[in-house]
Amino acid sequence: MKYLDEYRDGEVAAKIVAEMRRIQTQPWVLMEVCGGQTHSIVKNGLDQLLPQGVELVHGPGCPVCVTPLEMIDKAHAIARLPNVIFCSFGDMLRVPGSNGDLFTIKSEGGEVRIVYSPLDCLKIARANPDKQIVFFAIGFETTAPANAMLAWRAREERMTNVSLLVSHVLVPPALEAILASPENRVQGFLGPGHVCAVMGYSEYMPISARYKVPIVVTGFEPLDILHGTLMTIKQLEEGRAVVENQYSRVLDQAGNLPAQKLIGKVFGVTDRKWRGIGTIPKSGYRLREEFSAHDAEKLFDVAEIATLEPEICISGQILRGIKKPHDCPAFGTLCSPQHPLGATMVSAEGACAAYYAYGRHLKPQGADPLQQIALVAASAAPVNAGRA
Amino acid sequence: MCLAIPGKVVETYDQGGLRMARVQFGGIVREACLEYLPETQAGEYVLVHVGFAITRVDEVEAERTYQALKELDQLNELDAPLVDEVEAAESPVSRFIKGSKYDEIP
Repeated sequence: MKYLDEYRDGEVAAKIVAEMRRIQTQPWVLMEVCGGQTHSIVKNGLDQLLPQGVELVHGPGCPVCVTPLEMIDKAHAIARLPNVIFCSFGDMLRVPGSNGDLFTIKSEGGEVRIVYSPLDCLKIARANPDKQIVFFAIGFETTAPANAMLAWRAREERMTNVSLLVSHVLVPPALEAILASPENRVQGFLGPGHVCAVMGYSEYMPISARYKVPIVVTGFEPLDILHGTLMTIKQLEEGRAVVENQYSRVLDQAGNLPAQKLIGKVFGVTDRKWRGIGTIPKSGYRLREEFSAHDAEKLFDVAEIATLEPEICISGQILRGIKKPHDCPAFGTLCSPQHPLGATMVSAEGACAAYYAYGRHLKPQGADPLQQIALVAASAAPVNAGRA
Repeated sequence: MCLAIPGKVVETYDQGGLRMARVQFGGIVREACLEYLPETQAGEYVLVHVGFAITRVDEVEAERTYQALKELDQLNELDAPLVDEVEAAESPVSRFIKGSKYDEIP
C-alpha cells in the first residue's frame, strides 16, 4: 500500500542502523511514547537491530492499558443495565474488570456493540429511540477529535439517548511525570506521531527545554522508528535537546486546527488516574458542563468502586520505562493476554502483550546471558535446599 | 489505539450536515469523516483514525524523507573507518560502537 510499503524497506533500514553505528559513542536510553510504536518495534524486531548500547524502553502511550480499573468497572456496571446499548472500540472488549470483561457481559445478555467510528453511535441511537446509547470514550489526543464530534453532534441534534463515558488521557503531562521521577532513565523520546498530527508539537518544546531531552516526533513504520531513533541519538551525541519532526509527511508544528478547536469546545482538562502509574495532574479530558446531558458519569449513578491490582504486577514501572516485561516473574507464566494481571498485558499495544504476541516469553531474547544464568541458578536453589 | 492508516480519497459528499468521504485502503473502501480536513479533494491521501481523517499525507515530504534515508550510506562512504576503529579500541565505551549485538554471532 502506498505510504506504507516504502517505509518497510529492509535495505534502507540497514543504512539507518549503519549511520547510528557511525555516530554513536556511548550508551543511550530512549523511550518510544506510543503503544503503536512499541507494537511495531517488537513485531519487526527493531530493538534487536539497534547498535549495542542503544536501548528502547516502552512508554505509557497505550490508552487501553492505562484506563484505570475503576473506570472499566464503571463501564461494565453501565453495560449490564437493561435499557443500555454499550458501544466501544473493539480493543476495549477483552480488558478484564474486577468481574469479567465486556464479552462476558454480552454473553450474559448485555447489549454491547463494537463501533468503528464514534459516529456509528448516532445511527444506533436513531434506530433505538427507547434505549440509552453509552459510548466508552477512551484514547489519547489522536482519538479526541472523533469522540468530541460525537458529543457535539449529539448536543446539536438534541438527542436524549446518547452519552459518553469519558476516560481521555494526554501525553505531555505523562512525559513530565516520567522525567520528574527520580528513577527516570529516559534520555530522549520518540514522540507520538498521530497525537501530534492532531495537536502539533509546540507543547513538547517547553518539556524538551526544561528537562534537556530531545523529543523527535516519530511515525509508526519500521523506517520511521529507526529514523526517529537516529535523529534522537544524533541530538544526544551533539549535546542538543530540541523537538524535531521525523514524521513530516504527516504533520507540522501546528497540527490540525479545526480538530483542536472542537476538542476545546467539548472537553476541559482534568486530573486523571492512569492504571499502573496513579493520578497525574491535568492529564486528561472531561466533558465540559455544556455537555452534562451527554455525560454518562452524571447520567448513570454508578457508585464509587474500589479495586485492588495484583501486587506482583510491575506494569507501572514498565509504563515509565524503568523495567521491561522480562523483569517480571509473572510474565508469560501467571500473566498472559488470556489472563492479564495488569495494564501492559491487557491490550495488544501494551509492552507485555506485544512481547508475548511475538514469542518473547518463549526465549529470553536480548537478555543479558549472565542474568539468565543467575535466574536459572536462583530457580534451582530451592530444589537443592529441599534435598538437603 | 492511535493507529491511523493512509488511504486515498475516492469521493467526497455531505451526509446530514457532515462532510464525509469514501476512502480506499488497498483493496478496501470505507467511509471517513472529513470535518477536520474540509478542503480535501478526491485523489488526495489522508490518514484515517477511528473513521475520521485527521491529517493529509504530504507527497513531497514523503518522497523527500524516503530519498534522504536511501542516500544515507553515501555519508558513510565519506568516513575513514580506520580512524574510528583506532579510537574505538582505545575508548572505554568501545564495546558500544562495535555495531549490532549480532555482529558477534558467528
